Amino acid sequence: MAEMVVEASMALALGAKLCRPKVVSMYPITPQTHIVERLADFISNGELDAEMIHAESEHSAMAAMIGAAATGVRTYTATCSQGFALMFELLPIMAGNRLPGVMSVANRALSAPINIWNDHSDAVSARDQGWIQIYCESTQEAIDTTIQLYKVSEDHNVLLPAMVCIDGFTLSHVCERAIVPEQGEVDEFLPAFKPFVTLDPDKPVSIGPISFPNTYMEFKKQQHDAIMGALPIIQKVHDEYAKKFGRAYGNGLIEEYRMKDAERAIIGMGTLCGTGRIAVDELRAKGEKVGMIKLRSLRPFPVKELQKIAKNLKGLSVIDRHVSMGFEGPLCTDVRSALYGSGIEVNGFIAGLGGRDITVDRLQKALLSTKTHKQGEWLL
Amino acid sequence: MIRGLPEEEYFAPGHRACAGCGGALALRHVLKATGKNIVVVQATGCMEVVSSPYPETSWRVPWLHVAFETAAPTASGVARALKTQGKEDVKVVAFGGDGATFDIGFGGISGTFERNENIMYVCNENGAYMNTGMQRSSATPFGASASTMPAGKKIPGKKELKKPVALILAAHNAPYVATASVCDLNDINRKVKKAMAIKGPTYIEINSPCPTGWYCDSAKAIEVARLAMQTRIAPMYEIENGKVTITHDITEPKPVEEYLKAQGRFKHLSPEQIKEIQGQVDKEWAKLKKLQDAGCEL
Repeated sequence: MAEMVVEASMALALGAKLCRPKVVSMYPITPQTHIVERLADFISNGELDAEMIHAESEHSAMAAMIGAAATGVRTYTATCSQGFALMFELLPIMAGNRLPGVMSVANRALSAPINIWNDHSDAVSARDQGWIQIYCESTQEAIDTTIQLYKVSEDHNVLLPAMVCIDGFTLSHVCERAIVPEQGEVDEFLPAFKPFVTLDPDKPVSIGPISFPNTYMEFKKQQHDAIMGALPIIQKVHDEYAKKFGRAYGNGLIEEYRMKDAERAIIGMGTLCGTGRIAVDELRAKGEKVGMIKLRSLRPFPVKELQKIAKNLKGLSVIDRHVSMGFEGPLCTDVRSALYGSGIEVNGFIAGLGGRDITVDRLQKALLSTKTHKQGEWLL
Repeated sequence: MIRGLPEEEYFAPGHRACAGCGGALALRHVLKATGKNIVVVQATGCMEVVSSPYPETSWRVPWLHVAFETAAPTASGVARALKTQGKEDVKVVAFGGDGATFDIGFGGISGTFERNENIMYVCNENGAYMNTGMQRSSATPFGASASTMPAGKKIPGKKELKKPVALILAAHNAPYVATASVCDLNDINRKVKKAMAIKGPTYIEINSPCPTGWYCDSAKAIEVARLAMQTRIAPMYEIENGKVTITHDITEPKPVEEYLKAQGRFKHLSPEQIKEIQGQVDKEWAKLKKLQDAGCEL
């Protein structure tokens, strides 16, 4: 175990390295680039024994990742924003072929207008494509989640790819204190990858066939069952990790902050939860019974866990860093659906698009909005 | 059975290709030459659809299909993974049609060749998007009618020349690039074996008739393919480390008209257009001869 002040991108690269991926495919894009640059350093120096594929686009980086995963090795890539959008076609193909692997996403806004700063419009837009998506608040959480998600992704009851989402710049370029586990400890926690099938001339299989209307739905149902079934596995792996390394993030799916007697709360994902803690503390000091729910796992969505944490609330304000154009924030839709019939007032706020600061006062405004039955709004 | 070719079949019968399909014949004979110690990565297209209707498969070798434009980059991932497993003796063979190769997947192929990946890429070239119904590709020959560029009163078929992909890939410093045709299966066998023995990216473009899209008699598909060679419309050559060798020197070419008249996709052509095509073919052949005779590296 090494404690250090480290840039989150470097920390993610260290976390990925500890998992010993054999093939790292990559294409540079801001603000993800630091992650793959550090991995390139490790490979170049001989600290990581892996093949790096310098793809000519993110689309090809993902195509190569799928090829390597199907061959039976542990794979890693990272991207965001336009690069993520370019990969989009292949995301459901990796998941549909039930291939494990981990991708870091340094969440960044989508063009136009072109903008290199943080929001969640890239990854959240792909929430229906069969990847596990976990959003992280801190550098430490990003390292720990990377290691956990390899184990979840490769579990033979899951066999699905997973994204570790960190806020671009807001987290990716921030230097903070973090504990980097020892290689030996990670090796004990994360055994060598045991693929379900491989592309092996001695045992030929066909992967990626055409499925007609009489079989397609069964494939999709199995895939959906697998990602729903990942809920307890994410929790279990998180708990094992917490036991071994001494760090926990709620129950692995969802984390609560000062929720015990809270009447009102905000729910959000990623770094805004750091600001949320301060917003809650300040209002608590003024006697307001408020709390915060940090959602880690957007997919699979922990419906029951959210219902349990929220059950005594009067109002819940959802902070979305993305808007489903023509409706509302997608997280708000998910939360409303999960809490339907509970009587809890759910209010949706759009905040932090394209790197706009999410400040303490803006979150407090959202926190108290349900008290006066105010409508949700854009926190401009 | 052709004398001298292996009896083993790795592309099983029972696939759903049309009668007279040149692509299925090409696949079958490429695999006879590669043997079973390979992994196939295939682009979306006719050959993927006809060979993999779940739960059936025609593939007796490991096979992966990802997307339309990804055969080469996916093959890169497979090749690198095999390298980490110490299985560099297993060759990765990527298959794509001309839509996948010349158009949508071209960037990925260029990247794969630039990175010097250890893969063999085989293009089944029949001059259109046949899987989706004979739409124009950048391999569609000049003058041909395609469903997205139908010959009409104003537009007399395709107005542009075929993209010279084999030469472009040779210019990537690929160690081996070749063209072949299903009218000479022994030649496919020889060229594939040659490519298999080379470490690095190799490319073989197989001219193969699609009777459905070419509007020709499926019983005469091979004859039409042979006419493509004999008229010099589809020149057969190989480029080894940049050096061009014409493998089928056509000393007494047949007029292009014989090839064009055998197919419905050219039925609208005027005598002037046929003359223009003859001129283009003569020019391309002269260029290839010059490249060969110069003996310099591309």
